Amino acid sequence: MPRYMLLMHPAAFPDVGDVPPPEMVAEMLQFNDELVQAGVLLAADGLEQPEKGSRVRFEGGRPRVTDGPFTEAKELIGGYWIIQASSQEEAVQWASRCPAEDGDVIEVRPIQQYPEDLA
Amino acid sequence: MAATATQRTVEAVWRIESPRLIAGLARVVRDVGLAEDLAQDALVVALETWPRSGVPDNPGAWLMATAKHRAIDTLRRGATLDRKREQIARELETAAAPDLDAALDDDIGDDLLRLMFTACHPVLPTEGRIALVLRLLGGLTTGEIARAFLVPETTVARRITRAKRTLAEAGVPFEVPAGDERVERLASVLEVVYLIFNEGYSATAGDDWMRVELCDDALRLGRVLARILPGEGEVHGLVALMEIQQSRARERVGPGGEPVLLADQDRARWDRLLIARGLAALARAAELGPLGPYGLQAAIAACHARAASTEATDWVQIARLYGALAEVAPSPVVELNRAVAISMADGPQAGLAAVDALAGEPALREYHLLPAVRGDMLERLGRGDEARAEFARAAELTRNERERELLLARTRPSGQAP
Repeated sequence: MPRYMLLMHPAAFPDVGDVPPPEMVAEMLQFNDELVQAGVLLAADGLEQPEKGSRVRFEGGRPRVTDGPFTEAKELIGGYWIIQASSQEEAVQWASRCPAEDGDVIEVRPIQQYPEDLA
Repeated sequence: MAATATQRTVEAVWRIESPRLIAGLARVVRDVGLAEDLAQDALVVALETWPRSGVPDNPGAWLMATAKHRAIDTLRRGATLDRKREQIARELETAAAPDLDAALDDDIGDDLLRLMFTACHPVLPTEGRIALVLRLLGGLTTGEIARAFLVPETTVARRITRAKRTLAEAGVPFEVPAGDERVERLASVLEVVYLIFNEGYSATAGDDWMRVELCDDALRLGRVLARILPGEGEVHGLVALMEIQQSRARERVGPGGEPVLLADQDRARWDRLLIARGLAALARAAELGPLGPYGLQAAIAACHARAASTEATDWVQIARLYGALAEVAPSPVVELNRAVAISMADGPQAGLAAVDALAGEPALREYHLLPAVRGDMLERLGRGDEARAEFARAAELTRNERERELLLARTRPSGQAP
């Protein structure tokens, strides 16, 4: 059964040091629990703010490192879920149930099942 | 939206919603068969309506509301004949009934559990339990179940119809039993899930993917059970066992469909995510008390999963775990596996002694792995002629063509072309 990665691109990130409102956290935990209860959730994590990250860009044959914040970057990732579902449509249905904020985008991407075999 | 795209979406919604839809309905109408019929009716209405109107924002609530109206109609039609049905219909229309719409938003674990336990009632034959569980809780269609089990669709349809009728005729209540009955029923539930897993596990490379996917269907059911029965060690033990076994899925069968032995598998290609999930489930099982048969098998699988190679495997621990397994679930096959572990831990001489202790075991008389294992130990002891005789005997006994080829290859002196 295929696996899907649900990539959350939030409309806005909270400032470093801010905690999200407890209702929002509770709703998200309930969504995660729904995924567990349906037996589809394999893994999920939230990511720290982009300020705490780095980017390694490959240019001219060598890696170049920039540290956050990335003012020019769009659609940064705020978290992900890995689910196992019977079809792209099922994965989309699950993503649609996420208690997301206005402007958030969830990208639903099938995970390559046998990456080595494609070589 | 194009009709086919909508249809795929309806199927996806069905896969997600049908278990809790049926479970919620069964609690109210007190009849699993009727609940499933009502849910199916709602699905038909969705297939007719959604291509025109679009998929509703909350498809689960939509299906539940539709099924509820069908339930009232259906029950009312039979009202004069059946007072119980009349009462249920009345309850559905008034506040006396559990709020079906809200039921979907609540924790519906209890209803799913009742559905699981009812579908695995001992009044049903094993094949009926398997079909019902996949249909009611796995959200699979009759056609999908038929393809996975290599039987005609009419056979599966008949099994499901008969199982639903048997439950109704026997008056099996929609509930989780108490006491000893609960223990027995849980064992039946776990057995059904593991039978489904093994059916998929025995599929080979050339098989239909529906068949191969049975492993994932069983895992999904197991994970649901672990969520709704968090205090049961054996539930976590079974999940751990399936997660770890499934982590080797793509390495245990070669490109030609031939089985690849554990020792020859590329461990770098084992699925680390499933191994991590399996080890976590095993840890939960161990926290809840002494491991049962599933937990012990998972612990053995975990020894392999943790090891970087056959040589680096903790065979002493595996032999000990097989000893514990033989105590809680005595079986000559377990003893044979223990003998293999002993041979890896203490050498082929010790292993051979353990195998020879099983020589008179009636259950192993026709079992090809007994001579295969004995041959392996003799070979390691340098007793080539005796070893080849054992491999020939094993080749005679096996029913798996590819395994026979592997065994026959070992009856030839090494280095000699076939």
